[in-house]
Amino acid sequence: MILQVQNVTKRFGGLTAVKNVSFELAEGHILGLIGPNGAGKTTLFNCINGVYDPSEGKIIFRGQDITGLPTYRAAHLGLARTHQIVRPLNELTVRQNVIVGACYGRENLGLREAAHVADEIMAFVGLSQRTDMLASSLNVAQKKRLELARALASRPYLLLLDEVLAGLNPTEVSAMLDTIRSVQQMGITIIMIEHIMHAVMSLSQHIIVLNYGELIAEGSPEEVSQNPQVIEAYLGDPDLAERLLEEDRI
Amino acid sequence: MKLSRYPGLIIAVLLVVLVSLYPIITGSASARETVFTVLMSLALASSLNILLGYTGYVSFGHIVFFGLGGYVGFYTLTALHWHLLLAVLAGGAAAAGLAFALGKSILRLRGAYFALATIGVNEALRAFINNFEPFGGPVGMDMKFAIYNEYGGAMQALWIVYGGLIVITLGVIFTSYAVKKSKFGLGLMAIREDEDAAEVMGVMAPNAKTWAYVLSAIFPGLIGVLFFFKNGNIEPGDAFRLHLSIELIVMVMLGGQGTVLGPIVGGAAYQQLRKTLLTSPLFKNIQLAVAGFLLLIIVLFIPSGAVGWLRSRFATMRRVLE
Ligand SMILES: Nc1ncnc2c1ncn2[C@@H]1O[C@H](COP(=O)(O)OP(=O)(O)O)[C@@H](O)[C@H]1O
Ligand SMILES: [Mg+2]
Repeated sequence: MILQVQNVTKRFGGLTAVKNVSFELAEGHILGLIGPNGAGKTTLFNCINGVYDPSEGKIIFRGQDITGLPTYRAAHLGLARTHQIVRPLNELTVRQNVIVGACYGRENLGLREAAHVADEIMAFVGLSQRTDMLASSLNVAQKKRLELARALASRPYLLLLDEVLAGLNPTEVSAMLDTIRSVQQMGITIIMIEHIMHAVMSLSQHIIVLNYGELIAEGSPEEVSQNPQVIEAYLGDPDLAERLLEEDRI
Repeated sequence: MKLSRYPGLIIAVLLVVLVSLYPIITGSASARETVFTVLMSLALASSLNILLGYTGYVSFGHIVFFGLGGYVGFYTLTALHWHLLLAVLAGGAAAAGLAFALGKSILRLRGAYFALATIGVNEALRAFINNFEPFGGPVGMDMKFAIYNEYGGAMQALWIVYGGLIVITLGVIFTSYAVKKSKFGLGLMAIREDEDAAEVMGVMAPNAKTWAYVLSAIFPGLIGVLFFFKNGNIEPGDAFRLHLSIELIVMVMLGGQGTVLGPIVGGAAYQQLRKTLLTSPLFKNIQLAVAGFLLLIIVLFIPSGAVGWLRSRFATMRRVLE
């Protein structure tokens, strides 16, 4: 097991954003994390990679208890993530952004080796044409790729993808899906938060569902999509139900 | 090492060397005094830039390191009879020590809170020294004229101080360039752009910020010793002049924060401007108001400063100017 999340709870004042969540993840798999808006998915990511200290529970990564470690330690140990709301280092070039990932990630590379890794990764995610542009000048789809490139440049064991498909058009979505598949083939374990159902269903071996901070279902894509509690959770969110319907039409 | 590979460094160093040589070649004491002020400004501005420009932390009270270095150096010169070289190093060490001690605490603050804290530190140290008898309390300390005799008399001492300042200024520029081009510097710039994202990528922000703070504090500490040695006396009001801090920020912003050349150009330009203002009957009493107004204009219209503007405007400049 590359990751064990044990009874993790995260409270913000009176609000419990994540409630007693436990799951395990086998190496090399893609785990889908779904649930309505505000379900606590991003907060769970933040607990896993040390942006937040969980109020209760433990995070075991590759056999090591990393609960409460600063997020940069998690990065050094091989845990990388992308942000739902992209966070480019605006005044730096695309290449510099990716070099930061390579320099300060798991391999702790020097600038020169990091530049090689960055070039390789930028080619891999399709940013080679933009290496010397300022990150601020990229469009949304490119910024999402930049998030991914920075994370990959750190040569992680586990990659947390927070809605990398949101805001992309159908062509961009399918390109990104191919990229994610190739990432898996590189041997990197992935947890992906995603709203686009057909995407999660087609990529993930296993899915967990959060609702109001609680893990309400888990299983294979088929099992989860037929689970009455899951359907209810989604139907309880009119926005999302509508979006699901739309996607079925695509 | 092929020099042509470092155009940004060469330009900066050449500028400083050319300007510094002028008084030496002409032997003019008045030119030396003018250039001394210019070099001091651009060296202080360049040190501040390591924190302000690269790391994105606005230190409003940066002059505290100049003052503390000055005091410690002055004390070792007069009370302990240390050689000037050792005194200068002691001043730098004291400033670095203070920055290190402060780093872990106030660098946790962000934005305006950090800026306010640095003002607080400056005022607190001023108040402390005002009541600290070994450093002369409110009246400060004087230097016996005889001390200059150890350096070949007052005239000679002034030239030695000048030479020392040139060396320190070049040291600042090399440091600034080296930091900018290093992995450490890249980490600082990542912190400047988005500290939380930088940490997620593995940048150890608390450490990196502390070292940036220490680096940017050492040089003002060294320079403070030279300045007050030359001055012959030191008192709290002179050592911890908050408005000098603000002028330093104007210089950095004017030339271009986050560039190596920016604070050099900005420091020199600001001193020229200040000189013009001080000699003009109309402006001589409102020189600081003009500085404030200038800062406002820069922030509103050319936030990246002169060098930053050139770099963003012309792609070739990006290769030449650092
Ligand atoms: N830093 C925070 N402080 C307070 N409340 C937060 C914070 N982050 C998230 N929340 C709250 O926690 C809940 C879960 O948010 P989030 O994890 O972003 O949901 P999701 O990613 O599933 O849409 C929401 O109600 C949100 O408002
Ligand atoms: Mg979210």
